[in-house]
Amino acid sequence: MKQIHKILTVILLSLTCLNSLAAINIYQFDDPVKKERFYKLIDELRCTVCQNQTIAASNAGLAKDLRNKVYTMIQQGKTDEEIKTFMVERFTDFILYKPPVNNTTFLLWAGPVILMCIAFIFLLVNIRKRISNPAVEVDELEHERIQTLLAHEKENNND
Amino acid sequence: MKLRALLPLIGFLALVVLLAYGLTNDPKKIPSPLIGKAAPQFELPTVLRPGKKISNKDFQGKVALFNVWASWCGACRDEHPILVKYARQHKTTIYGLNYKDQRSEAIRWLKVFGNPYIASAYDVIGNTGIDWGVYGVPETFLVDKKGIIRFKQIGPITEKILYKEIHPLIQKLEKES
Amino acid sequence: MIPELGHFALILALCLAIAQAFFPLAGAQLNKTRWMAVAKPAARGQFIFLLISFVCLTTSFIQNDFSVIYVAKNSNSLLPIQYQISAVWGSHEGSLLLWALILGIWTLAVTLFSRHLPQAMVARVLGVMGLISIGFMLFMLFTSNPFDRLLPAAAEGRDLNPLLQDFGLIIHPPMLYMGYVGFSVAFSFAIAALLGGQLDSAWARWSRPWTTMAWCFLTVGIALGSWWAYYELGWGGWWFWDPVENASFMPWLIGTALMHSLAVTEKRGSFKSWTVMLAILAFSLSLLGTFLVRSGVVTSVHAFASDPTRGVFILAFLAVVIGGSLLLYAFKAGNIKSAGRFSLLSRETLLLTNNIILVVVCATVLLGTLYPLVLDAMGAGKISVGTPYFNFMFSILMLPLVFLLALGPLSRWKKQSLSGLFDSVKILFAVSILSGIASYFILGTISWPVAMVIALFTWIVGSSFLNLYKRVQNKPDKLAALSTVSLSFYGMFFAHIGVAVFMMGVTFTSHYSEEKDIRMKPGDTLDLAGYSFQFKGAKEVMGPNYRAQEGTIVISQGNQELTTLKPQKRLYLVQRSPMTEAAIDPSLSRDLFIAMGEPLGKGEWSIRIQYKPLIRWIWLGTLIMAFGGLLALSDKRYRTKRKNSETQVNPA
Repeated sequence: MKQIHKILTVILLSLTCLNSLAAINIYQFDDPVKKERFYKLIDELRCTVCQNQTIAASNAGLAKDLRNKVYTMIQQGKTDEEIKTFMVERFTDFILYKPPVNNTTFLLWAGPVILMCIAFIFLLVNIRKRISNPAVEVDELEHERIQTLLAHEKENNND
Repeated sequence: MKLRALLPLIGFLALVVLLAYGLTNDPKKIPSPLIGKAAPQFELPTVLRPGKKISNKDFQGKVALFNVWASWCGACRDEHPILVKYARQHKTTIYGLNYKDQRSEAIRWLKVFGNPYIASAYDVIGNTGIDWGVYGVPETFLVDKKGIIRFKQIGPITEKILYKEIHPLIQKLEKES
Repeated sequence: MIPELGHFALILALCLAIAQAFFPLAGAQLNKTRWMAVAKPAARGQFIFLLISFVCLTTSFIQNDFSVIYVAKNSNSLLPIQYQISAVWGSHEGSLLLWALILGIWTLAVTLFSRHLPQAMVARVLGVMGLISIGFMLFMLFTSNPFDRLLPAAAEGRDLNPLLQDFGLIIHPPMLYMGYVGFSVAFSFAIAALLGGQLDSAWARWSRPWTTMAWCFLTVGIALGSWWAYYELGWGGWWFWDPVENASFMPWLIGTALMHSLAVTEKRGSFKSWTVMLAILAFSLSLLGTFLVRSGVVTSVHAFASDPTRGVFILAFLAVVIGGSLLLYAFKAGNIKSAGRFSLLSRETLLLTNNIILVVVCATVLLGTLYPLVLDAMGAGKISVGTPYFNFMFSILMLPLVFLLALGPLSRWKKQSLSGLFDSVKILFAVSILSGIASYFILGTISWPVAMVIALFTWIVGSSFLNLYKRVQNKPDKLAALSTVSLSFYGMFFAHIGVAVFMMGVTFTSHYSEEKDIRMKPGDTLDLAGYSFQFKGAKEVMGPNYRAQEGTIVISQGNQELTTLKPQKRLYLVQRSPMTEAAIDPSLSRDLFIAMGEPLGKGEWSIRIQYKPLIRWIWLGTLIMAFGGLLALSDKRYRTKRKNSETQVNPA
């Protein structure tokens, strides 16, 4: 019985998240800047109850509560940083879809560029080596064999 | 064979080790950032007596369990008898946080399934839940005498978790001044 | 009876796959012709039994046989028949059977279109594919059997998830799997070549059409998934960098690199070991994707009900297949000798740059997807890596590639002079910059990223036409000469233009979309992006297995009434889950997108209205890319006529 309860709760919760009610929010804004901030923020905060959705997209109860919280905080004059800090204090960095830039995430943010640089250096070195060393020519017999093979195909194609 | 040619294989094996770890790990479990910090402030009416208030100050001076529950929560039903039995057998203080529930339903639930709580805070909007970082029900916090959160259980408490982790920790905290 | 038949057919297919793997591979090693000859008949037999098995499962669905657990979990007698059929691949077990069947289809295709190949090579290719088939069928038979019975039978099924009750489910997974699984052919060719010690231009030419075909399917599959998410999920998004989406995108990136790399290996004999590595990598990523989707290691909205025990099996399979191939590569890569020198500026270098950028982007997607797991494993806390990260990284890394896209085809093999290149493109470059600047004035408000993208669009499309012109400029009758240009060239022509179109769609939608969430009561009008939207009210309608509130919104522009949209808020009767069915007015220049929110009482509703400019260009671009791929692989040189094709290079 217990297993079923657990499974049912999980299913129920996940169904609420992804029932594509499209989480249509009716929030009133007098200031378009505040409105833009709101929509940007709720698109960057993760719904901690759901599988992988922003609080903007999810229809889960907690997502709705968090949207309300963000709205309230914006109306109270809090900055984006303050709102994000508020969320992180309660739910850890997990709630930010844009990971913070710090020592633990250094590889994440710098990795791609470092990799790109290493790859290009490698490429340059490789090409230089090719130019300076005589090329390894394809074996004569090997070459002949390939030509025969391809010639066979050509016959068949009636090129 | 060139050592360089082995690099992809080595990289891949590291990936396999990572993924093997991943199989034992729950990617959605959020360890509480409040452990080691003071219990978040709140003041709410209780479920059974709306006129009476309960706040985080009530945690001062004693070791307490703070159990988040709701009548609509299936898994809460599984852990509830364990809590009821525990409350009866030991003298531990247990408070409840009734999360986003209907008062009448909550009262009925306690009548039917038992009430291990000294009092249950009625958090109908869920703001206190947010402050405590509640994201799934049931959850249980362990608060020490100084009002610092020392442990959080995500998901229902089982006998095993209770007696292997929670109970020894309660005993240890009781000894602290 | 029928489920048992299906189960038995699956077991038979497994036996044949074992024969298909063991005898040809051993036979090729030991030069036993009879053993090698087992490959084709075994492969064809395996396909037939897989087909029987699949048909049996489908029949169980159509007949509403709820004594089969899988059918009971995913179907319902009220479910319309097309969804009863597509429900076959709606969840874990059935989708695995689809995977196996599609692998069988590709295997069959290899047996039919490989008459011009040496027997040992065919034997090895089919043998490796057989090994993969064995893995999947063992996985099914031991952990994920779609034919497991439920006794006593359920009276009624739990119904297919309403989100999946849609045209998208019918075609998206099959297309996607055709792509994923299709890379197994290139993979098998690579392994076969490593085993046989022969890596030459012939191998590259043989692999190319298979790779391109798989790539086409994958392109279409991913595009379909994106389009489906857009109109089904109700909030107008089309890509979420969800781990499962990333899992399908990574093989696509490597597949694209592989196609370009194969071109160089075929034409110039260079990059051999690199191309082999890419071929191994592409399919490895397909397998990794399969693991990620089904193991529960990452959280995803797409994930099938995840089960760590199943995850262990797939991980072991992954370790064996990928680990084995990388080990083989480590041993044999040293023997691969690539021909050809080329200078720092040459088509070779530009194509290598293409490869590097694509591989780095793929590595970045992998990094972002798995980084939370890495930190978790090291005990360094929990983070999330989502759209902000991926969008940022992707745009930065792809920019140089998009720019160089124009220069590659215009460059010479082996050595291209910088001044020569500059001469060919200087006018085009100037025109592109001008178009970016001009767009500022034409569009009114513009941000520099948009202007840059417009310049790049001109750059790419212009260079494609420039290239085409160069091909015919020396011919007396230029127009007629267009038909002599190879399909392979036209393939590249369209594929690259497809990239430019895609890029425009993405940029314009991201920058110029407008949306409004608003409460409307009957008679209310909203003005957005130059259109007027008037809500006429909602009424109840019945569907085959749902009840819906259907809203009517009339859209006009100025005084002209354009169209009427009828979005629905549905309640599916079995699972009792509510769902929004958005209504869209599509066009090449913009989509108007309306979704119903909630009834607010007294006929008032919360409604989301969106204006999405050029959004169709996103999928149009991908379709053009896929079309280009199709043209490329239809090129004459890949076609073999049946009549004379029994020639074998090795004596029988």
